[in-house]
Amino acid sequence: MAAPKFEVPKLSDTAYTDVPKIQEGSMSHIKSFIAPQAPQEFLGYPWELADDWKERAIDRMGQLLGKYRSLRVFMDACVHCGACTDKCHYYLGSADPKNMPVARQELMRKVYRRYFTLPGKIAPWLVGAEDLTKDTLDQWYSYYHQCSECRRCSVFCPYGIDTAEITMAGREILNHVGMGQKYSNEILGKVQKIGNNLGLPGPALEDTLLGLEEDIEADTGVAVKMPLDVQGAEILLVTPSADFFSEPHVESLIGYAKVFHAAGASWTLSSHASEAGNFGLFNGNYETMRTVAMRIRDAALELGVKRIVVGECGHAWRVAYAFWNTLTGIGYGGNDPFSIEMQKQLDPRYKQPMHICEYTWDLIQKGVLKFDKSLNDHRTITFHDSCNVARGSRMGDEPGGQFTIPRNIIKAVANNFHDMAAETIGESTFCCGGGGGVLTDDLIELRVKGALPRMNAYNAVAKEEGVNFLALICAICKAQFTKVVPFYGFDMSQVGGVHQLVSTAIKLED
Amino acid sequence: MSALTVFFTGLYYIAAITLIGGLAYRIYEYSRTPAPLNIPTTPAPTTRVGVSLRMAREVVLFESLFKSNKWIWVFGWLFHVCLALVLIRHVRYFQDPVCEIIAFIQPFGMYASIGMVIGLLGLWARRFLVDRVRYISTPSDHLMLALLVGIGLTGMSMTFVAHTDIVALKGFTMGLITFDWQPVPNDFNLLAHLFLVALLMLVFPISKLLHVPGVFFSPTRNQVDNPRERRHIAPWAAALDKEQV
Ligand code: HEM
Ligand code: HEM
Ligand code: SF4
Ligand code: SF4
Repeated sequence: MAAPKFEVPKLSDTAYTDVPKIQEGSMSHIKSFIAPQAPQEFLGYPWELADDWKERAIDRMGQLLGKYRSLRVFMDACVHCGACTDKCHYYLGSADPKNMPVARQELMRKVYRRYFTLPGKIAPWLVGAEDLTKDTLDQWYSYYHQCSECRRCSVFCPYGIDTAEITMAGREILNHVGMGQKYSNEILGKVQKIGNNLGLPGPALEDTLLGLEEDIEADTGVAVKMPLDVQGAEILLVTPSADFFSEPHVESLIGYAKVFHAAGASWTLSSHASEAGNFGLFNGNYETMRTVAMRIRDAALELGVKRIVVGECGHAWRVAYAFWNTLTGIGYGGNDPFSIEMQKQLDPRYKQPMHICEYTWDLIQKGVLKFDKSLNDHRTITFHDSCNVARGSRMGDEPGGQFTIPRNIIKAVANNFHDMAAETIGESTFCCGGGGGVLTDDLIELRVKGALPRMNAYNAVAKEEGVNFLALICAICKAQFTKVVPFYGFDMSQVGGVHQLVSTAIKLED
Repeated sequence: MSALTVFFTGLYYIAAITLIGGLAYRIYEYSRTPAPLNIPTTPAPTTRVGVSLRMAREVVLFESLFKSNKWIWVFGWLFHVCLALVLIRHVRYFQDPVCEIIAFIQPFGMYASIGMVIGLLGLWARRFLVDRVRYISTPSDHLMLALLVGIGLTGMSMTFVAHTDIVALKGFTMGLITFDWQPVPNDFNLLAHLFLVALLMLVFPISKLLHVPGVFFSPTRNQVDNPRERRHIAPWAAALDKEQV
């Protein structure tokens, strides 16, 4: 690891992160790379500011205000009470006041007030309304890419104001005037052109899966398969493409395959839908998010599958759980031809879509899976609730199942488990620092600083309980922590997936 | 009619129309704007009844704020509860005869004014003392607090210091309602109170007081967590499906 060009925050002595005094402008230099012409053109956006950029921005803002009740209400309702000011991990890690959720909202709200409200038009100085200037636009670009859309602020705001919704709108307006973000927009191009975020073409995927099958067989002596594009399979597994060849992600993929094998399930991956992730969420563009999600529907219809199971990925699960039914008809309760076409193919005995943790936990409860828990004895495990799973989705039938089910799985496959401090998990969980489209090297300073609250909590259980494994159910969390924990003195091998633990302990028969 | 009476009579009609018309327009606007995606902050209730309870806890107890920050909660909740009591007590100026519950509230309402002002001053102090809150405060935030403290103090001056002629006042207020205009009592404290209240009514629909309708329309709080069971779709989004089939 090369020495960083910025100061890595110091870990505190407790699980908690002290609320810093504000340091104005401490993160104003952060600017992730701007998207060049190709991805912008592909997504239908301009790639540089035109003379009328201001009109375009205000115009787009007006459209979004008319399309999204969230944005409309959130622009008006905030009373500046300050309850959210110490809730964002980026503020806690960077002390830049513009990273306080309300201040991040205010970047847009001041423009909203100026152009869309009466007091802002007649007495802007009174209500903090401001013209939209190039400077403001630059601040939008900077600070709307310093938000991981984790929704922690929304839990604590008395009106549930979700800064993520405002960040999404901000990014959509930026895209609309020609200031897209390179990282997210290139990924949105790859997923639509090639089928996954990593740009891994079908034949390469096939090779990778064959290689993994050989590895598993060499390792366990059991011929666990990883089927691809199998027509008529019962289950379609949609998983983040990082699972195919990033470490530690691939260990979880092996875990899913072993679970399917042990259950004797008929399942398949799809090369067309070889990506669960959907960066359309991050950019706040419904149409893009829908187009990306449609790949799953198309693959499911083409393969004729009866069930759709989603692998370990936080934002992907939010999109799948909360939005797929809306976007693509994967789910129940639709009464229009579009959704009926999809629904009539799905097996109504099961939740659609289903999270891999729901799937595995169900089998564990039925006694279908057998484990040798002692194989995980070298690990003392804690579980990090991924923000999108925790605050944007659910598992199982009860509210909060997204917290209990993954923990239940861990406890079923391992002996040593300790939770981190209560204020840092569950609905109050801290983001890993890399979610929402900021998982790029040009934002490494932000990512390291934003990880501070989670690192403090982890450090506390590492010291007190000897925890040495951070279990995750998110591809972004896995990539982010692998990169960032070394900055705080931990080894990256301490980071892994829940199904990696399942994989270690599961007993397989031929 | 004196110029004073004409002024206050006119002011109150304008203020009432602005308040009611403005709020009605806002509510219409919020309800007309679609919520295309299911975005409750989870864990969220899975039934409508559950959502009503969640909303009731937010409105009555300020549940999220309680989780978030105990100081803001203490002052904020004190202010709002006392405000509610004060407003209930005020119904007597607009009702003849006064119903029993309102009569019962009277003594509590009197002391509630003290809680209301303490709550407001506590919230105001945070705007100076806490650096993060100072950073986000705009002049209008201070003015709003000043306005409410002003209403509270002028009101209290009549309750605790120099009583005003309630019968004459009631003549004026009932006159407004029945369009049978009566002179406004010429008492400085009362006129100041009335003027500030009219100001509050005027700014209500164009200020952060929109948190009152806003809290009920917030999708993260008022949506049911059932996206796998029910297809949640906005009209503009449903149009995209039609293109597909
Ligand atoms: C449904 C009824 C209402 C609910 C649920 C509600 C809720 C809240 C909450 C949660 C806050 C934030 C915390 C705080 O500062 O107290 C707040 C702030 C505020 N509320 Fe309300 N409120 C309601 C009605 C009203 C009314 C009728 C008024 C005024 C006439 C009002 C005036 C204010 C003001 C001025 C603030 C900001 C205080 C500050 O500057 O810190 N609220 N309200
Ligand atoms: C047109 C509407 C209003 C009228 C005619 C009115 C009139 C009065 C009068 C006559 C009093 C003195 C009570 C007494 O002598 O015992 C009073 C007190 C008070 N008023 Fe108002 N008021 C109005 C609106 C409001 C509003 C909207 C608020 C709060 C935001 C408010 C807050 C208070 C408070 C705190 C007191 C002192 C405590 C009490 O006696 O209840 N008033 N008001
Ligand atoms: S959504 Fe998360 S990252 Fe964004 S402002 Fe809120 S707490 Fe911060
Ligand atoms: S908690 Fe909500 S109302 Fe309070 S300042 Fe933050 S966004 Fe505004």
